[in-house]
Amino acid sequence: MVDGWTCPLPLRDYAKVTIGHGGGGQLTDELIRHLFLPAFGDAAVDATPTDSAVVAMAGHRLAFTTDSYVVRPLFFPGGNIGELAVNGTVNDLAMAGAQPLALSTAFVLEEGLELDVLGRVATAMGEAAVRAGARLVTGDTKVVDAGQADGMYITTAGIGLVPADVDVRPERAAPGDTIILSGPVGLHGTAVLSVREGLEFGTELRSDCAPLNGLVQSMLATDGDIHLLRDLTRGGLAAALCEIAETAGFGIRFDESDVAVPPEVRAACGFLGLDPIHVANEGKLVAILPADDADTVLEAMHAHELGADAVVIGAVTDEHPGVVVARTALGAHRIVDRPLGEQLPRIC
Amino acid sequence: MKYLSEFADPVLAQRLLDEISATVTRHWAIMEVCGGQTHSIIRNGIDQLLADEVELIHGPGCPVCVTPVELIDRGLRIAAMPDVIFCSFGDMVRVPGSAGDLFAVRAAGGDVRVVYSPLDAVAVAEENPSKEVVFFAVGFETTAPANAMAVHQAHERGLTNFSVLVSHGGGPPAIEAIVTSPESRVDAFLAAGHVCTVMGTRQYEAIVTEHRVPIIVTGFEPLDVLDGIRRAVRQLEAGRAEVENAYARAVRRDGNEVAKGMLADVFEPTDRQWRGIGPIPASGWRLTSRYRSYDAEIRFGVGDLAVEESGLCRSGDVLQGIIKPSECEAFGTACTPRHPLGATMVSTEGACAAYFQYRRLGDEVVPGG
Amino acid sequence: MCLGVPGRIVDTHDDRGTPMATVDFGGVTKTVCLAYTPDAGIGDYTIIHAGFAIAILDEQAALESLELFEQLGIVSATTDEIAP
Repeated sequence: MVDGWTCPLPLRDYAKVTIGHGGGGQLTDELIRHLFLPAFGDAAVDATPTDSAVVAMAGHRLAFTTDSYVVRPLFFPGGNIGELAVNGTVNDLAMAGAQPLALSTAFVLEEGLELDVLGRVATAMGEAAVRAGARLVTGDTKVVDAGQADGMYITTAGIGLVPADVDVRPERAAPGDTIILSGPVGLHGTAVLSVREGLEFGTELRSDCAPLNGLVQSMLATDGDIHLLRDLTRGGLAAALCEIAETAGFGIRFDESDVAVPPEVRAACGFLGLDPIHVANEGKLVAILPADDADTVLEAMHAHELGADAVVIGAVTDEHPGVVVARTALGAHRIVDRPLGEQLPRIC
Repeated sequence: MKYLSEFADPVLAQRLLDEISATVTRHWAIMEVCGGQTHSIIRNGIDQLLADEVELIHGPGCPVCVTPVELIDRGLRIAAMPDVIFCSFGDMVRVPGSAGDLFAVRAAGGDVRVVYSPLDAVAVAEENPSKEVVFFAVGFETTAPANAMAVHQAHERGLTNFSVLVSHGGGPPAIEAIVTSPESRVDAFLAAGHVCTVMGTRQYEAIVTEHRVPIIVTGFEPLDVLDGIRRAVRQLEAGRAEVENAYARAVRRDGNEVAKGMLADVFEPTDRQWRGIGPIPASGWRLTSRYRSYDAEIRFGVGDLAVEESGLCRSGDVLQGIIKPSECEAFGTACTPRHPLGATMVSTEGACAAYFQYRRLGDEVVPGG
Repeated sequence: MCLGVPGRIVDTHDDRGTPMATVDFGGVTKTVCLAYTPDAGIGDYTIIHAGFAIAILDEQAALESLELFEQLGIVSATTDEIAP
């Protein structure tokens, strides 16, 4: 046991890191709260569990984020690890209200990876950056022995300026706020699963991997007072809402019927036994804002290609703080939890 | 007709709920013995929407959760061996044995792979001739034919590097065990629809005749589950006890003869331990002598590994509806979803796990309807 | 042990003597084994569990079930229906 680990919930009885710890669900959260943060000690006193950190700097606020991309396979319908990496970081900055200024790209390459593959990934990164208006300014390259790194791992970091009149953070979410979801869920995870060894299935589904900073900019340009933005990634809509509820200390209620699930996502989740709200996304966000501002912001979202299907799905409540409750199609209510770890197909 | 959304129609669901309310005149306890139905009930909130007089008890319906700790530990030991590729359905990977689960074995370097179908494990064996490939063959009768085909195919193809760790259980002996228990409160059963797709409905006729308890063969979509409950209530109110098929689109009285034939060739009944419940005679299956060489427990010599189940665990009583999860001493303390002791806490849809989640709302009732 | 999902057969083929099919779940397709439903053919809806078709769905029975639900609350007495 590492000295200084905190409770209240002890880490699950693993002496080692497991795949589940990277799933974006409860195990990941535990690793952060009960290993990393205590171990970092005083240095991490201001660390926040948000997509990016906002650091005050000479009268400005700088958003700063980092992410690693270990997706397997490297190429999937709708994209590859390269644009995933760039868009993922652009999106984390956007969730703080910042436009991307500069990104760094660090590669860990597996010995034996074909240069053609690396070239295609790098090209995709350049194109994604141009699309998002971001510059790729620095990077690093390392090579590890064959058998490691699944081909390649990419780590990106990004900085952006938060405009002076923008203040989006979990503390601003308040009971009565409306929750808007920018579009249909489950596309990325399903697209990746469809080419995952052992599970392959035929589909025309493509990942929704996209940069959300343009959409965010059009939302912030309205006079709506957006309190919080969160992009959906691993763990799906469920993980995002659960994190918000826990961090903000309020309850969340949403209506399942309002969450659009593309028919193919529903079909794939059906035979694999997965819940679409637990499946990863890479081009969707939720926005939390005062109910009175919802119409204005929705209008702006609908005018943008990535927000065309934006819809109100629920609200923040002061009941059941920290808990997310969904109204089912039959009118009953169920508690929505984060997935524990990796999304695994089931037979039961 | 797509066979899915039609059977989730909220308007028709309300009609079924109203019909149940109009029919019921007193308390009835109805038990389902299928994890898929438990999942559907909790997922759709059916227990919230039902008339108060109808009590649903979640019975031992999850083959994953009732797999004895001992068998899981044997699987973990095999999975940790060098040059073994251990294949499993996704459900099993997070189920803890006495110390750790398949995830932990993978973290320690074991080659653990999730497969969707048992035939995928056979393919892995064909592609990796220098490794031993073991498939964790878990399931009730619905899955047994799939697992049987994997063994059969391995046999036909002369694969010497494939074996199965068998954890199979059967429905009727479990229902029989519950019905004959003196403390049982169950008035009627919903039988697992897809088990019956394979085995047919005849196997329940003797139980119904001998014990005078209605058994309704039920499907999984919201309307299917509600219809099963509706028919059970109707029989109970009328004092009848019969086998009734509420899932006729997928279940015939004789079941699937081809599948049954394969099962009879590959498996034979055996006594079996149920996690948290104890031994139920002739409730499990093992490989017949013709296929015994594919038995991983024998091949890897782990049959001697014996593990005691937790003495604290009362999942057997919960599964029979004798106590509520919150009435168990270990509930929420020694036994939680993170450190489960028995079947009902291991499964995310087990009664104890479900109670654990809803307990988070404290005394406040989550509004239904 | 029951996650069985309806899928429509769109193609059939043979894998070394084992009958297989491509099944459409509503926009996504998967290869499954047809050994347990030898009478199933293209266009049939089957219940798929763990990569196997275990039954052909009876459309008539499905329609009758739905019709029964539709009638609830409209007729005052439900007819006795103990299926064989």
